[in-house]
Amino acid sequence: MSRVSSRIPLPYSPKVIELFRNPRNLGRIEDADAEAKAGSLACGDMIAIYLKVDEKTERIVDARFESYGCAANIAAASILTEVIKGKTLREAWQISWRRVSDELGGLPAVKYHCGILAVGALRRAIRAYYRRREKPAWLPSSLTPEEKQTLEEEKMMVLLTKRLRGLDASSSK
Amino acid sequence: MASDVLRSVRELLEQHGKPEREVYLDSENSGLVLGEALEEMLRVCREAVGHPSVTNRPGWEAYEALYRASERIARAIGARVEELAYTHSGTEANNLAILGLAKAQKGRRKIVVSAIEHLSVIFPAEELTKAGYKLVKVPVDEEGFVKLDELSAAVDRETLMVSIGLVNHEIGAVQNLKALVEVVKDRDEDIVFHTDAADALGRVRLDVEELGIDMATFSSHKVYGPKGAGALYVRGGIRLEPILQGQLSTQRLWPGVENVPAIAGFGKAVEVLTSRFEEYVSHMQRLRDMLIGGIMSSVEWVLLNGPRGSRRSPDNVNMSFLYCEGEALTVELSMHGVYVSSGSACTSRALEPSHVLLAIGRRYEEAHGSILMKVTPMHTKEYVEYVLEQLPRAVERIRSIAPIRGE
Repeated sequence: MSRVSSRIPLPYSPKVIELFRNPRNLGRIEDADAEAKAGSLACGDMIAIYLKVDEKTERIVDARFESYGCAANIAAASILTEVIKGKTLREAWQISWRRVSDELGGLPAVKYHCGILAVGALRRAIRAYYRRREKPAWLPSSLTPEEKQTLEEEKMMVLLTKRLRGLDASSSK
Repeated sequence: MASDVLRSVRELLEQHGKPEREVYLDSENSGLVLGEALEEMLRVCREAVGHPSVTNRPGWEAYEALYRASERIARAIGARVEELAYTHSGTEANNLAILGLAKAQKGRRKIVVSAIEHLSVIFPAEELTKAGYKLVKVPVDEEGFVKLDELSAAVDRETLMVSIGLVNHEIGAVQNLKALVEVVKDRDEDIVFHTDAADALGRVRLDVEELGIDMATFSSHKVYGPKGAGALYVRGGIRLEPILQGQLSTQRLWPGVENVPAIAGFGKAVEVLTSRFEEYVSHMQRLRDMLIGGIMSSVEWVLLNGPRGSRRSPDNVNMSFLYCEGEALTVELSMHGVYVSSGSACTSRALEPSHVLLAIGRRYEEAHGSILMKVTPMHTKEYVEYVLEQLPRAVERIRSIAPIRGE
């Protein structure tokens, strides 16, 4: 049960503010075993996830993030890297955006997409990890809802940007 | 349930902490109240407790306070007291102007607004399209000025009204309103011209007769009065219908008891701004230019949104910081006691960035990184110096978190 109702204009829980102030696992991993980005500057939301994976056990030994987005976006990416550290890739794959939201004390509806984008970026990174390796049976070939929504947001912004530029061209003659 | 919410708010405030220094630059959304206005409001709250349309002594006292405020506001804008209708906000006044006119005037079915109007103009106009009205949003140039030829082409004998704000609330563009009114009236004198002047009063010279406008919206908290009072100037002879029903008040157009204490504070604020107009405007202009210049010279990858110089409102600073998400920046600045707002999608509660910034040709990422600051007569040079100390650091920190940088 989320503690902060989405009907009130409080997008931030104390946990979000705490992680915004002191984000854990912020930064790149230069020799990452897998990395992925989700979102775009045009979306106003972008998360990059970097993973260091123990090849034998497929356990995540280090996870880091970078974020272009609001405080909830930064907090979502940060908390996700905390949750997945020490987990196997398979376990990490199971983490849903709801779990991210719960860990943050409950994201309001207008900030759900922050959790979705963080999970979308993580799953992309996990897929990237298996691109040059044998794909495990647990990894679905079709996109999960979080991945789909991430992709849709990115596509929509490309479309909107094109439309905006088109309008410009027609009005400036 | 309520106590849960209150506990969350309390925890949030504690987690945020109370900054040692605070500079409130979010006058776009509400805020600072002039001392004289606050005193007047409190005095009326205490001394004029009645309902201004009721025939007893407290009622007459309230009526006196209301009328005094009306005289102050009417004098400041060159109108008559009978030409003012009070609402409880600028949003309500804009709704009354558009929906109230459409209700009273049958026949003409076209409304023309600029693309950068406040949403309390755009939304009621869009609402009317459901009832078969045609809505035209006239584009603006890259500084935010309405294109005269486009306006001229948009109005015709079917046009009921044109609504174009004198000073844009986000980018501070000061329209050449007189010229716009002339273009419209040349085409057809019967087209009603409304202007949202909420952000103009106290910032630019404003006389309804001289401008030739038919309706104008004003808002108390935009002129450093208290929240909870708005006014619509309606030129004598222009017929509107009320859009809310209820018990009659002293006025025909808005039922319910007037917010007399807030209106009293509103009137006082207008009087103060008018009497110190030159002093306040040049003071704000100095602070504005100091802020813009300081940011431009200390931060990379930054754009000024809106015009420069005298065609820009003296209080308005709107800048886009590329590779820096605006809402995150507002939170970072808040923690250091600098209160601003952003045109980023995140802050709009609609997940679309500012329509004003898109209308002047800003790209999505430029709109997402925008910050709106408004200086007031109550600020000093020291406030701006503090902001110039904090802002580059805050931008630097938010940029350092992002996966993409300007290189």
